Amino acid sequence: MSHHIVEVRDLRYSYPDRTPALQGITFRIHHGESVAVVGANGAGKSTLLQHLNGYLSPTEGQVRVGDAPLTRETLHEVRRTVGMVFQDPDDQLFMATVGDDVAFGPLNLGLPLDEVNRRVEEALITVDALHLRDRPPYRLSGGQKRRVAIASVLSMMPDILVMDEPTAGLDPRARRQLIGLLHTFAHTKIIATHDLDLVLDLCERTIVIHQGKVKADGPTREIFANETLLAQSHLEKPLSMQGCPVCNS
Amino acid sequence: MAGIESAFYDISRLDSMAGQRSLIHDLDPRIKVVATMCFIITVVSVDRYAVSHLLPFFLFPLLILAGANLPAIYFARKLLILSPLVLFIAIFNPLLDRTVMVQIGPLAVSGGWISFCSIILRFVLTVSAALLLIATTGFTGICMALERLGMPRVFAVQLLFLYRYIFVLVDEGVRMSRARALRSFSGRGLGLGVFSSLVGSLLIRTLDRAQRIHMAMLCRGFRGDIRISRPLAIGRNEFFFLAGSVLFFLLARLVNISLLLGNFFIEAVR
Repeated sequence: MSHHIVEVRDLRYSYPDRTPALQGITFRIHHGESVAVVGANGAGKSTLLQHLNGYLSPTEGQVRVGDAPLTRETLHEVRRTVGMVFQDPDDQLFMATVGDDVAFGPLNLGLPLDEVNRRVEEALITVDALHLRDRPPYRLSGGQKRRVAIASVLSMMPDILVMDEPTAGLDPRARRQLIGLLHTFAHTKIIATHDLDLVLDLCERTIVIHQGKVKADGPTREIFANETLLAQSHLEKPLSMQGCPVCNS
Repeated sequence: MAGIESAFYDISRLDSMAGQRSLIHDLDPRIKVVATMCFIITVVSVDRYAVSHLLPFFLFPLLILAGANLPAIYFARKLLILSPLVLFIAIFNPLLDRTVMVQIGPLAVSGGWISFCSIILRFVLTVSAALLLIATTGFTGICMALERLGMPRVFAVQLLFLYRYIFVLVDEGVRMSRARALRSFSGRGLGLGVFSSLVGSLLIRTLDRAQRIHMAMLCRGFRGDIRISRPLAIGRNEFFFLAGSVLFFLLARLVNISLLLGNFFIEAVR
């Protein structure tokens, strides 16, 4: 798959109790793009992300990754291509040590042992966590857990990174480090978040989701300049775009 | 609550010990598991009145302790913490079994007291062997070894997950119980009704988490079995360790070494 394209066509999804979550979402994300998915709590961001790796299957509509639609046959290939970083790293780091966890994906891909070791090392070096290799995940700090969770996805060499609230629960410095790290990735990135300053830093494009529909889709700066749109979608201008609270400039 | 919390975090200390390197740490986990099992079985099979027979067995945990360079004080404290449980079980022996077995001058020692000592010794031996196994091998290593030795894979995976998530679960439970304690006054709110709904929501949270973990596993290509990358190899060290320890257990089980040594000394003094 040379084109790391993610395309969603008229995606509709209702929960088993028939609560509609997504009501016709359409967008197309190109190779190397970095796109933010923003919206109020319960707007359907997480549900949308769960469709991108085939965990949920749409009630109607289609998800295409690369050049193929997401079906039962392409599921494994899609899951390798789309690396998903979860909101709670404790859900993602399920093995007893950091090294085992990062090796989990490559081992499942059936790679030979020395290749697995090479990938684990590379991924941990990328996120600056090689020294944590033999530590159990429950003894890591929030920032370390997040970095290791990202490494556990990187070791599968995905083309597309999907992240759910990557900066939730991080202290300002860990957040800054994470943003710096994400800047260095050449992957196609899809980031669902409430951290609009992060969006401003990382993503040139933003998709606003409101009540299960795409409310706006365009360049980040344009969207954040539109105050009525932000207010309607329960959002707020990022702090760095607001005036200075002291001198009102 | 602080008690439970600290007890759980203490488990992680054993795990960090397992990360060290030494002659014992580097042995194949399977060999250590088999040797420990043999040790426990032989110790348990010793006759209940044969206290002196048990003493040579202390050589095994002591050698491991020394060979693996572990802090003896830590293990002594662990044994002390667990000892009330065993004392409670063993204390009935002197009360029920009052036949006099040994007469030391005016002091008559009943069979109950002898078996009491024997239970305590066996507790110290078996529990310290198990703790040392964890401290030299690590929980993951033991699970892997058990699986390679023929334990169904499902159980091995269950054990691994239990070990990984017990901390998360306890954490969640402790947080909920703290939230309850902070909003209960003069005993109100601490009743069984509240407790049961607390446990109920803990169960629901756990199920939710299990679902998210399953999703995380599927995302990384999980198709039913967990693979762990750690090459296992049985070499010369492993062979000597296992052969040596099993021979020693057999010898100590079949021959009362303390008695022999004692007789030997008496002869020598004469």
